[in-house]
Amino acid sequence: MSLPMTPRENIRNFSIVAHIDHGKSTLSDRLIQLTGGLTQREMKDQVLDSMDIERERGITIKAQTVRLEFQRDGQDYVLNLIDTPGHVDFAYEVSRSLAACEGALLVVDASQGVEAQTLANVYQAIDADLEIVPVLNKIDLPAAEPDRVKAQIEEVIGIDASDSVMISAKTGLGIEDVLDAIITRLPAPKIGDRDAPLKALLMDAYYDQYLGVVVLVRIIDGVLKKGMKVRMMATGANYALDRVGVFKPKITEVEELGPGEIGFLTASIKEVADAAVGDTITEERRQTATMLPGFKPAQPVVFCGLFPVDAADFEDLRAAMGKLRLNDASFSFEMETSAALGFGFRCGFLGLLHLEIIQERLSREFNLDLIATAPSVVYEIKLKSGETLHLHNPADMPDVMSIEAIEEPWIKATILTPDEYLGGIMKLCQDRRGNQRELTYVGSRAMLVYELPLNEVVFDFYDRLKSISKGYASFDYAIEGYRPGNLVKMSILVNEEPVDALSMLVHATRAEMRGRSMCEKLKDLIPQHLFKIPIQAAIGGRVIARETISAMRKDVTAKCYGGDASRKRKLLDKQKAGKKRMRQFGSVDIPQEAFIAALKMDAD
Amino acid sequence: MTHRQLGLYIHWPYCAAICPYCDFNVYRARGADTAPLVDAILADLAYWRAQTGPRPLASLFFGGGTPSLMDPADVARVIETADRLWDLEASVEISLEANPTDAEAARFADLRAAGVERLSLGVQALDDPSLKALGRFHSAAEAMAAADLARQLFPRLSIDLIYARQDQTLAAWQDELMRALALNPDHVSPYQLTIEPGTAFARAAARGRLKVPDPDLAADFYTLTQDVLEGVGFDAYEVSNHARGHDNRSRHNLLYWRSQDWIGVGPGAHGRLGWGGERRASKALDRPRDYVDQVTARGHAIDELETLSPEAVRDEFWLMGLRLQDGLPLADAPRPALSDNKIRRNLEHGWMWQSDTHLGLTAQGRLLADAVIGDLLAD
Repeated sequence: MSLPMTPRENIRNFSIVAHIDHGKSTLSDRLIQLTGGLTQREMKDQVLDSMDIERERGITIKAQTVRLEFQRDGQDYVLNLIDTPGHVDFAYEVSRSLAACEGALLVVDASQGVEAQTLANVYQAIDADLEIVPVLNKIDLPAAEPDRVKAQIEEVIGIDASDSVMISAKTGLGIEDVLDAIITRLPAPKIGDRDAPLKALLMDAYYDQYLGVVVLVRIIDGVLKKGMKVRMMATGANYALDRVGVFKPKITEVEELGPGEIGFLTASIKEVADAAVGDTITEERRQTATMLPGFKPAQPVVFCGLFPVDAADFEDLRAAMGKLRLNDASFSFEMETSAALGFGFRCGFLGLLHLEIIQERLSREFNLDLIATAPSVVYEIKLKSGETLHLHNPADMPDVMSIEAIEEPWIKATILTPDEYLGGIMKLCQDRRGNQRELTYVGSRAMLVYELPLNEVVFDFYDRLKSISKGYASFDYAIEGYRPGNLVKMSILVNEEPVDALSMLVHATRAEMRGRSMCEKLKDLIPQHLFKIPIQAAIGGRVIARETISAMRKDVTAKCYGGDASRKRKLLDKQKAGKKRMRQFGSVDIPQEAFIAALKMDAD
Repeated sequence: MTHRQLGLYIHWPYCAAICPYCDFNVYRARGADTAPLVDAILADLAYWRAQTGPRPLASLFFGGGTPSLMDPADVARVIETADRLWDLEASVEISLEANPTDAEAARFADLRAAGVERLSLGVQALDDPSLKALGRFHSAAEAMAAADLARQLFPRLSIDLIYARQDQTLAAWQDELMRALALNPDHVSPYQLTIEPGTAFARAAARGRLKVPDPDLAADFYTLTQDVLEGVGFDAYEVSNHARGHDNRSRHNLLYWRSQDWIGVGPGAHGRLGWGGERRASKALDRPRDYVDQVTARGHAIDELETLSPEAVRDEFWLMGLRLQDGLPLADAPRPALSDNKIRRNLEHGWMWQSDTHLGLTAQGRLLADAVIGDLLAD
């Protein structure tokens, strides 16, 4: 099917910036509905979030585009809505999606106000020179305070909020006004050269089981046509295009996409990894002179080991990871062996949410039972030999004598909180070796900016923050760079045997506390045995904390008669099966659950 | 191998009220018409007779539930029917479980006349607040009177007690145990209070309303119990069973612990027949109504029938038998054999003993029986 060419001045490319639950998906659904993209029968909530995980958690992981066609005053308009991920883990993907737009709707819940995540994304949008239209959602709620929130937007973000669009995405109130604002207030794409060699931005890519790898593109110059031979400039790969099209949101093939337009292409691209986000797509024979700015290869920042609970699942795990990697180039894995956990993989992630999502997808979509080791950041180890080592796994730490210095990544964290929780949050940041950079007030909300070592954040920082603030604080961060730190490797010994999966790099000042809390936890998590079991935390040969699990004194069923024979036997069979879920260290059985629970540091 | 004995267990599922710690297959009587159940039990006996063929019966055991609520005439019919279908051995043991209420004590003489020769009395505790906390409907005085009467009427008397109750002290338990012994039983079964899933006590414990002693204190209770009973000449022949002299051991329960054969009739009753690859486990339907209906329709009440694998036979043999002070005869041990390494390790720890003919757990090992046996039977 062929679409009539839309004049450039009637195209609007925009994305929606919002905090989780502030109404981004509902507004998208309404816009799709109002412009007739789907019939009532085809509508379901969160049309653009196709993964179960996205729907359940209310988050967006993969960017999506939808073309809204719409008439106003006898003119045909094409509005391309780009649904971007909102989380910091996907900050780079967000930046590439924003680079494909001229404008953004800033959706803020009129009862909640601006949150930390909104800030990070709106600043990105401002940095990308986008025109921003504030939209206050949920104005029908009794708790809505549009005037206060407008003032907050002006104060915190520094944009004019006086003509914010007032809507209720849920009831449909004000949606027409949003369409008007998109047309009148957001700019059309800049003029591109139709006759120049193709220059298109690769916004994102995902794997579709019917179409293969689907690449989302924004055309800057030239024309993208079916059958054309294109070249990915960063990866250097060439492909012949199978399909060119748009999502309305139903997939619709088109003859061509011209300057200013947004759509998708498919070619025989095998893996999403071959379609690098931010790459420039051009023609194979007639290349554009320069690449688009801002391209960065994916760089994992958090690592952890993933091991199958049942060793027999190792190959299944490898296959499952391979499948996920097809659709997620930023997730990396390589084989790892642990004395404690057997064969598994060392995996790299963009951040903690990314880690959680991958873990959840592995267990949910592939039905795998996994143990994850403590998340670790990437340490830079400067060796005396002059070499620099990037350490992903505390177990690979070289001999202390050969180390000159260890550097760790630091982040800049922004936290917004009602002021009653400020004290608790400041203490948390202090305890995590944070340096306060800013403290400002916006009405009754405080905005804290801290520098924090990332390795203090990967342990349950977010959980602690949520519990201290009863869920009212919001948090966002950006990586700032590496700094030297007094870091030591702490080992955990169970019955005198080191358990490699539990070893970790910690700051020297925090080692004793961490060690003590780890030993206390393990004491509760490892069942009593027929002998007593010492649990120790040690740095080098020095024990810094110790607990003892006393020997079991009594373990016998009181009553055992004819009717109990079957019951006892079934219990025994369960015990035997349970043993498979245990890892043996010398003569001590440690349940898998102990590893998982021990690594959650909620006790400090 | 010596010739295998056959026992008969009859389950009477009705109780006046359900005790909060009990997780057996029990139902409140609520004036139910029990005649159809008695008929079904009698018919079920005939079914099992066809399975076993003619063999002598070493024991009959009426358990429950509360079989002392049965009409003594029905008890007599069951005994007579069993005697007609199989032959009762001359030394047959006929036991019945009873609650020590006045109402039930009034039937003791008739139960004795029906043929019961060993009464197992659920005394449980000997002070009124404890009895109330355990949800029992009798007083300590009633229990003692019932025990006295039973002592006069029945040749053999066993008493059940429950210890390690909430707030119970070791001293109080020792005193209570001595008073129970003064009732002159020849057999005592003191059970540590166990919170079973699905019981009223489990719900109370989950809500923090019931607290039982921790494992260390429970171990002290157990050790004290062993010491007191041994001191007065009761032999700890099983984990929770003590008898004055060899002849007063529960011959019926020994069938279970020694992996002999037994038939289970009545709702939810379990049975075992045969040996080696031929050994079968049976379980009757739980609900009295279902039991009656299926016996009426099909002549039996089997809910589950399973031919046990060699491993299952082996596991049951040791699971049940290692609870005995005498251990088990190695000559009877089914294959696959136990791991020599594991036996050696347990011998070294002092948890097991071995003679030329037998293998067993030491007193210390019996206190850890579940863990030791679990390890022994794990691959």
